[in-house]
Amino acid sequence: MIPVLSVRGLKVSIRTDEGRAEILDDIGLTLERGRILGVVGESGCGKSTLIRSIMGILPRAATVDGGEVWFEGENLLAFSEAELNDGVRSSRIGFIPQDPLLALNPVFKVGTQMLEIMRWHAPPDGLRGAARQRAHVGRLVGLLKRMQVPDPETALERYPHQFSGGQRQRLLIAAALACAPGLVIADEPTTALDVTTQHQILLLLRELVAEFGISLLFVTHDFGVVAELCDDLCVIYAGQTVEAGPVQAILDAPSHPYTRALLACHPDRATTFLGIPGSVPSPLARPPGCLFAPRCGDARALCLAARPPQGQARSGAEVRCVQFT
Amino acid sequence: MSPIFRKLARDLPAMLGLAIVVFVLLIAIFGPLLAPYPEDAAASHLARRLKPPSAAFPFGTDNLGRDIFSRVILGARGALSIALTVVSTAMLIGVPLGLIAGYRGGWLSEGIMRVTDVVLAIPQLILALALAQLMSPSLESAMLALSLTYWPYFTRIVYAETRRLSSSLFVDALRGIGAGSGRIVFLHILPNALSPVIVRATIGLGFTILVAAVLGFLGMGATPPAPDWGLAIAESRTYLPRAWWYATFPGLAILITVMGFNLLGDGLRDIVDPRIRRSR
Repeated sequence: MIPVLSVRGLKVSIRTDEGRAEILDDIGLTLERGRILGVVGESGCGKSTLIRSIMGILPRAATVDGGEVWFEGENLLAFSEAELNDGVRSSRIGFIPQDPLLALNPVFKVGTQMLEIMRWHAPPDGLRGAARQRAHVGRLVGLLKRMQVPDPETALERYPHQFSGGQRQRLLIAAALACAPGLVIADEPTTALDVTTQHQILLLLRELVAEFGISLLFVTHDFGVVAELCDDLCVIYAGQTVEAGPVQAILDAPSHPYTRALLACHPDRATTFLGIPGSVPSPLARPPGCLFAPRCGDARALCLAARPPQGQARSGAEVRCVQFT
Repeated sequence: MSPIFRKLARDLPAMLGLAIVVFVLLIAIFGPLLAPYPEDAAASHLARRLKPPSAAFPFGTDNLGRDIFSRVILGARGALSIALTVVSTAMLIGVPLGLIAGYRGGWLSEGIMRVTDVVLAIPQLILALALAQLMSPSLESAMLALSLTYWPYFTRIVYAETRRLSSSLFVDALRGIGAGSGRIVFLHILPNALSPVIVRATIGLGFTILVAAVLGFLGMGATPPAPDWGLAIAESRTYLPRAWWYATFPGLAILITVMGFNLLGDGLRDIVDPRIRRSR
């Protein structure tokens, strides 16, 4: 069976005043049908750019320099803007944006905004005009009920500021599911929420994946969230996939030094606050060897000389480190 | 009552402005019915020229014996229709340009904004005078000249708002859910950018009445015998200071109308942008 989403060797750079900044450099990931893939990395490692490349909403200064984004057997990078709008976004790929407090247009009622998405992107149902709109309202109310939004009928008549952060995130999840897409991409959807709300949202997402038969690409910087939610994991560092595989295998036996360091920093596991010395290399001046070598405790001469190739660790994970090749 | 209106109701000067605007609007609509001598828009009665204010002629009569009170009332319609035409034309030009420049970026945006800067650098009155001079002096050319010099104000405002909004997360989210640029710009950004535009338009209405009166005064706007306020002041110059009423009442009409729009515009701005507090 072909995976829902498969990214191969994706390279993206951004033109800046100081030169070309390589944001993504050989990113690879695979999302199998019906699973949840967590993409984890520090701030500035290219998580948002990765999502934007998949959705085709990169900023103007950014260019895709290579690679492929296969979605249900089609290369999305070959799609035109109009083709993406008409046939992919919302209708086949739902998008849950990062900050629920800012992701809704403040001047329109929630219902107006959600119905707009459905009017443009919902699959044809043989209905037209008012009948189609009624069917859409029915589906939205049902979705909101499922998302445990209080008073689903009246919620559509309210404005975004009349909802709490957690409720707005539920609205946005409902909006992402409105047109029954097969893939949902979530960009740190719980980062702006408090821990309790975050936990509820994660539980809800977990249930929705099974219930709606969707596949979920979940981007976060929080290993705790990954452990709670995801089936598979893809750790990225400085625009490269450094370790990818099943979550449990990686959490039990992290192979790449970066993964190990990240896990050691997580407040649930760390005994003392260590952090990782140094910082992510500037995308303007990238070292020739392993990108993590300057911060790595085990770095050898080989690491500084050339980019390490992809290899397989004992845990079954794909690892980009000389120790495993 | 909506909270916006409640806030406005607490703002005394703004309410005064609103009252004046509504009053002038009513006069403009029902002018011919209210004026005691509606035929004085064009007629002349040389027998009763330059009569001081009296019971029969509350504002006196002008050099052609026409009732100034009637002509001030009849002039409201002209003043308002000039203002509305000019401001809406300027908005029709300026707002889309601002949206495009703000959302598109690149050389197109640079081009639009540099032209805007150039037009803004020249005082509006001078530029409008030059443009009106190029065309034959008439009300239409005055309106066109004013429109062609007022749009950059809208472009500037809308550009700034659009720039701010197009990097906001909801626009990003809209792109992600598959909204095309047209839909994002006109359906989502424009309504968000509208409040400063409304404020600018309100103040612009008053300002345009003033500038249109100046053009009329300089003989580049309304042509006789139209009951134009600026034109009336121009015609009255010869008879000053003896016939003081001739210039005073049309002048007061301009003053009060412009003040009404400005007070209202200031009040609206305070509501739209509470950070800019009026200095009083």
